[in-house]
Amino acid sequence: MSGFNLSGLTASFSGKRVIGPLSLQVNPGDKIALVGKSGAGKSTLIRLIHERVNRDSSLVPQDLGLVNALSVFHNVFMGQLDKHATWYNTVTLARPFAKDRTEVTTLLQSLGMKEKLWTPTASLSGGQRQRVAIARALYRNAAVLLADEPVSALDGPMANSVMTLLRDRFSTSIIALHDVELALSYCTRIVGIQDGQVALDQPSEGLSSSDIMSLY
Amino acid sequence: MLSSPTVRTSLIFLAIALVGLLFADIAITASNPWRDLGNFFLGIVTPNFFNSEGLMTALLRTVAFAFVGVALGGVVGFLLALVYRSLPVRMFCAFVRAIHELFWALIFLQFFGFHPLTGVLAIAIPYAGIFAKVYSEILEEADPEPGRVLPPGTGNITAFIYTRIPDCWVKMRTYTAYRLECGLRSSAILGFVGLPTLGFYLEASFSQGLYSDAGAMLILFYVLIATMPLWVRPKLLPIYILGAPFFLGEGLPIVWGNVQRFFTEDIVPAPLRNGEGLAGLTPWLNDLMVNEAMPGIWNTIVLTQIALVATGILSLLAFPLISNHFGGPIRRNAGHVALVIARSTPEYILAYILLQLWGPSMLPAVVALALHNGGIIGHLIGRQTNSIKLRADAITGFNRYSWELVPRVYRSFLAFLFYRWEIIMRETAILGILGIYTLGFYVDSAIQNIRFDRAMVLILVTALLNIGVDALGRYIRRKLALQTMPTC
Repeated sequence: MSGFNLSGLTASFSGKRVIGPLSLQVNPGDKIALVGKSGAGKSTLIRLIHERVNRDSSLVPQDLGLVNALSVFHNVFMGQLDKHATWYNTVTLARPFAKDRTEVTTLLQSLGMKEKLWTPTASLSGGQRQRVAIARALYRNAAVLLADEPVSALDGPMANSVMTLLRDRFSTSIIALHDVELALSYCTRIVGIQDGQVALDQPSEGLSSSDIMSLY
Repeated sequence: MLSSPTVRTSLIFLAIALVGLLFADIAITASNPWRDLGNFFLGIVTPNFFNSEGLMTALLRTVAFAFVGVALGGVVGFLLALVYRSLPVRMFCAFVRAIHELFWALIFLQFFGFHPLTGVLAIAIPYAGIFAKVYSEILEEADPEPGRVLPPGTGNITAFIYTRIPDCWVKMRTYTAYRLECGLRSSAILGFVGLPTLGFYLEASFSQGLYSDAGAMLILFYVLIATMPLWVRPKLLPIYILGAPFFLGEGLPIVWGNVQRFFTEDIVPAPLRNGEGLAGLTPWLNDLMVNEAMPGIWNTIVLTQIALVATGILSLLAFPLISNHFGGPIRRNAGHVALVIARSTPEYILAYILLQLWGPSMLPAVVALALHNGGIIGHLIGRQTNSIKLRADAITGFNRYSWELVPRVYRSFLAFLFYRWEIIMRETAILGILGIYTLGFYVDSAIQNIRFDRAMVLILVTALLNIGVDALGRYIRRKLALQTMPTC
C-alpha cells in the first residue's frame, strides 16, 4: 500500500484558515512536486499529510529535526529506532554495531559525506546537515517520502544527484520544491498550491516552467 | 526614569530595606573587633597546614559527603524530573528544597545520630528537590522537532535517550558540576552541627584562637574549589562516586529505638502526647506562634530584605572588577580572585567568622550574605558585560559604567537578584543557629531543649515562608519579564 486518498485537509493559524479544505488523491508510484510561492502553505500541507500517513512515510522536514549533539551516524540511525529493542538502541548510542555502521557508511557514501560519519551534526554546514536528514529518510526506508525543500541548501550538481537518489529509492513521494526545473525533471506530477488550495494538478509531461510560473 | 517598572521595583525594595534598618539590630558588640579582625587576617597570611592531621581528614570527609550527597540527590532528582509534571511531585520538591541542608541535618541528627547517613541525606534530600526542578526545566527546553521525526512505534525510552538527553547533556553536566561545587560548601558547613567536615575543624580552631589553623583550612577550601576543573574529570567521576562512600568515616551506629521514638513520640505535639487532646493543642500552638514563630518570621524577613538590597548594591559595585570594559589586566585578575573568594566562602562560614570578630548582631549576617551573594551575581553580570560590544567612541570611566553598561545589564541583574531572594531567605533563617534571632535560632533552641515537636513546627513555618518568597520572586520576575537560567 502506498497510495492514499487525502480529503478534508485543513489548517488554521490563529483563527485564519491557511489550508483547504483540500483533497488530494495520491496513487502508488506518484512522484508529486508541491510548488507555489512561499507562504502558499506547502510546508503546512506536508505536515498535514505526515500526520495522516505517519506510519508509512520517511520525512524530511524543513528544519531537518537533527539532534545536534549526536554524530551523523546516530542521526541517520534514528531512522530505524523502531526496528530495534530498547537495549539495542541504548548500546548503539555508546557503541554502534558493525552491521549498522557498514549500512550507514554506504548510505553516506552515496551522498558524498562518508568521512563525516562521527562528526557531531552541530559542526556541519547547512548543506551537509540537509544531507544528513535525507540520509535518515533513506535509512528509514518507508514506502512514501514526504520532503519539504530537501535540496534547498545544496549546489546544482549535488542537488541533482540527491534528487536522483530520492526518485530511485522511493516509489511514491511528495516533495515541496521551489525550484521549478527540479520539479519538472524529477517528478511525475506537479501540484500547484495557491492560497491554501490546489490551483494546478497535472502530469509534469507536457508542462513547461512558464505554465507553473503563473502560480508565483 | 521613575516610570520604568524595573527602577520603581528597585526603589520600593530599597525603601523596604531602609525601613527594615530602623528595626534591625545592627551593631558591633565585640570589645575589640579590629584587633580580632587583624588577628584573623594575620592567621590567613600565616596559615598553618601542619598542626594536625585533622585538617586533611576533615577535607577528605568534606569531599566524600559532597560526592555521595550530590550523586544521590542527582539520581533521585533526575527520576523526579521525569514525572515533574505531576502537581504532587512539584509540591514535594518545592517543600524538600525549601528546608536548608542544616535543618535536615539537625532533624536526622536526632534519630540517626552522628551516623554518616545523617550528612548524606542532609545534602541529598534538598538537592534532589533542586535537581528535579532544574533538570525538568532543561529537558523541557530540548528541541521537540527530532522527536516528531522519529519513526512511529519508537519506544519511549529510546526516543528519550536519542532526542532529549543528547540535546540537554551539556547543560545538565554544567549544572551538575555547579551543584557539586555547592555540595562542597554544604558539606563543609555540616561540620557546624558536629559532622566531621571542615566546619567542625573551623569551629574547633576558632574556639581555641588558632587563627593560623583556620586560615589554612580556608585556603585549602578555596584551592579545592578553584581547582575543581582539574580534578573533577568525567573519566574520574565513577571512581570518585564509587569510592566516596568509603571515606565518610564510621560515625556512630544508628540506634533504631531512637528512630522509632522520634517519629512516634518526640515530634508528636506535647499536648497530644500528654493526652490533653485537641483542646490543649490550641494554646500550645498559640504560644509557639506568638512567642517564637512570629518574632522569628519578623527578624527573618527584616534581615532578608536588608541583605537582599545589600547584595544588589555590592553586585553592582563588584561587576566592573572583572569587566573588560575597564582598566588593565592586573585589576581584572585581582578582581577575579576577590570574587572567587567571595562566592566560594559559604555565607554560613563568613557569618560565623564575622560573628566571632564583631559579636552577635544582624550586621555580620548582612555582610556575610551580601559578600557571598554579591560575589556570585557580580561575577555573572561582569561576565555578561564582556560579551557586550561598545561602539568604538563610547565614553569611558564612570560614565561608561552608568550610561553604557548598567542600563544594559540591569534587567538580568534584577533577574539574578530575585532568583537569589529565596536562597538568601533560606540562609537568613539558618544563620539563626549562630545566635541571630531569625527562625533558625528558635529551631535550634527548641532542639537544645529537646522539644522536637516545636522544632518541627518551626521548620515547617520556615519552609512555607521560603516557598512564599520563591513564589513572590517568580511573580515579580514574570511581571517585569525578567528571564534567567538557573545558573547561580
